[in-house]
Amino acid sequence: MTDHAQDAIMADAVLSEHEDPSLLAGMLNNRAIFWGGGLLILFALIAAIGPFLTLDPTELNPIKRLKSPSAEAWFGSDFLGRDIFSRVIYGARVSLVVGIAVALISVGIGLILGLVAGYVRVLDAVIMRTMDGLMSIPAILLAIALISLSGATLGTVILAIVIPEVPRVVRLVRAVVLTVREEPYVEAAIAAGTRLPLILKRHILPNTIAPLIVQATYVCASAMLTESILGFLGAGIPPEIPSWGNIMSEGRTYFQISPWIIFFPGIGLALTVLAVNIVGDGLRDTLDPRIARKI
Amino acid sequence: MYLYILKRVLSTIPVVVIVVLFVFLMLRLAPGDPAAVIAGDYATAEDVERIREQLGLNDAIPVQMYRWIAQLGSGDLGTAIFSKLPVTTLIGQRLEPTLLLSLTTIVFTVLIAVPLGTLAAYKAGSWIDRFVMLFSVAGFSVPVFVLGYILIYVLAMQLQILPVQGYKSPFEHGFWVFLRHMVLPTMTLSVIYIALIARMTRASVQEILQEDYVRTARAKGQSEFKILMRHALRNAAVPIVTVIGLGIALMIGGVVVTESVYNIPGLGRLVLDAVLARDYPVIQGLILFFSFVYILINLLIDLSYTFFDPRIRY
Repeated sequence: MTDHAQDAIMADAVLSEHEDPSLLAGMLNNRAIFWGGGLLILFALIAAIGPFLTLDPTELNPIKRLKSPSAEAWFGSDFLGRDIFSRVIYGARVSLVVGIAVALISVGIGLILGLVAGYVRVLDAVIMRTMDGLMSIPAILLAIALISLSGATLGTVILAIVIPEVPRVVRLVRAVVLTVREEPYVEAAIAAGTRLPLILKRHILPNTIAPLIVQATYVCASAMLTESILGFLGAGIPPEIPSWGNIMSEGRTYFQISPWIIFFPGIGLALTVLAVNIVGDGLRDTLDPRIARKI
Repeated sequence: MYLYILKRVLSTIPVVVIVVLFVFLMLRLAPGDPAAVIAGDYATAEDVERIREQLGLNDAIPVQMYRWIAQLGSGDLGTAIFSKLPVTTLIGQRLEPTLLLSLTTIVFTVLIAVPLGTLAAYKAGSWIDRFVMLFSVAGFSVPVFVLGYILIYVLAMQLQILPVQGYKSPFEHGFWVFLRHMVLPTMTLSVIYIALIARMTRASVQEILQEDYVRTARAKGQSEFKILMRHALRNAAVPIVTVIGLGIALMIGGVVVTESVYNIPGLGRLVLDAVLARDYPVIQGLILFFSFVYILINLLIDLSYTFFDPRIRY
């Protein structure tokens, strides 16, 4: 576990470059971040290196169809004789890529829209009503519709998951901006003639970082779940890519005779999402307990 | 009071307008040619042209916009490409299972989540508190369909105490047969919802238990049960009910998945069938339908606050 602990320190150090060392120590003392982060780094390593060490996840082997888990094929094989273990390992890659990409993109877009809504009074109502409207469309249906219009590729799936996630980030950033801009030190900066870009950089943005990191972990978790649901429904990433959702979707027909086809990727997905959620909770508690209670 | 109701009702108008506009623009601004995507890989040029005509994409945008609004204004959600049936008819045919599944889920969720959350708040730091928190983190992490298959595997296939799949209408097969078929789907769909509401209940009740009036109630010798029911839960009702309303968006997503796992011929299955058949007008009509339902439910919940909390007077 020491290696993971080292990695966790590195990861957290990157996240909190500007924070003081006591905060870093606090994070490491937080059991949630330690264990959740450790598990997550383990999955990330498996996703990065694993596919080089396993069989080809798309190789067909008709003689070994629907075999139960054994010493030879740890997780058994599917209806085309493909090795489930190799496919699940490869699926970790797809899930993490989608989760991280959606988190980064939606936080990026949400940050910009939130800052504009919080700072430009004229646009505030327009942006926020649009976000309210977007939020009242169920996320999965919205993603399904977007994908069925533009065709399913990794890119469109990521975009289709980003759009319903953006409003939550916008609301969060706007709320932070509205609170911070009333603070005496911001008023003092304005009175001293500080220009807007500098106020944003020095006072507003640093205050959004902590809640945004926490929000990003939740977006990442929810994106991985949405991706698997889309795959499961047959509306996600193209079926030739072994994502967890696709593996489970193919396992549906054979569930009564080979339930492991669904269980192994399901367990992988649940553990990954759980790890991300635990890290998120831990970060929320350490980074800013006040914000944790407000949001 | 009436002014507040009027204001709140009017405030849904911009949201509805945004939803309608967004769904309109989605089809028009999609990258590439949506008609070609909907027609599929083996479609001829005539097929694509026919679908484009059917979607009304050949006219000028303002004309399309006018027609779209006029159509929605008369309660028409569009027409399916293949069956040529109005989407409202299709929704009518599939409404019963979804409505009943949603009802059983909400009832089950509230019955489990509210007492669990209250108990967790009351015994903060105890094993039950830890269990509730653990459950809510886990509930947010397990995908709905994986949970569904685990329940099918254990309760229907191994123990054989419940039917594996299917839907039996209570009006044809009687209430008990219906309920037996609803147990697994309801449990599946409830877990994430219970996780959400138990967590919220715990947080709100915990906050209220710190209030002065709770201390006063204890000082005058009020029983703990009455304190929880009359003081804590009653005052925590507003945030809890709000989350029940907001959670409906979560549940609608879950319905699509749950109906597909349990082979229930409801609106969720209609979405999936439309996706597989590339019947975009049906998907579009269902998005509008579910969004309107969501907006309406949250409007009603907001208006019900005066009932839950008499201090709120508008």
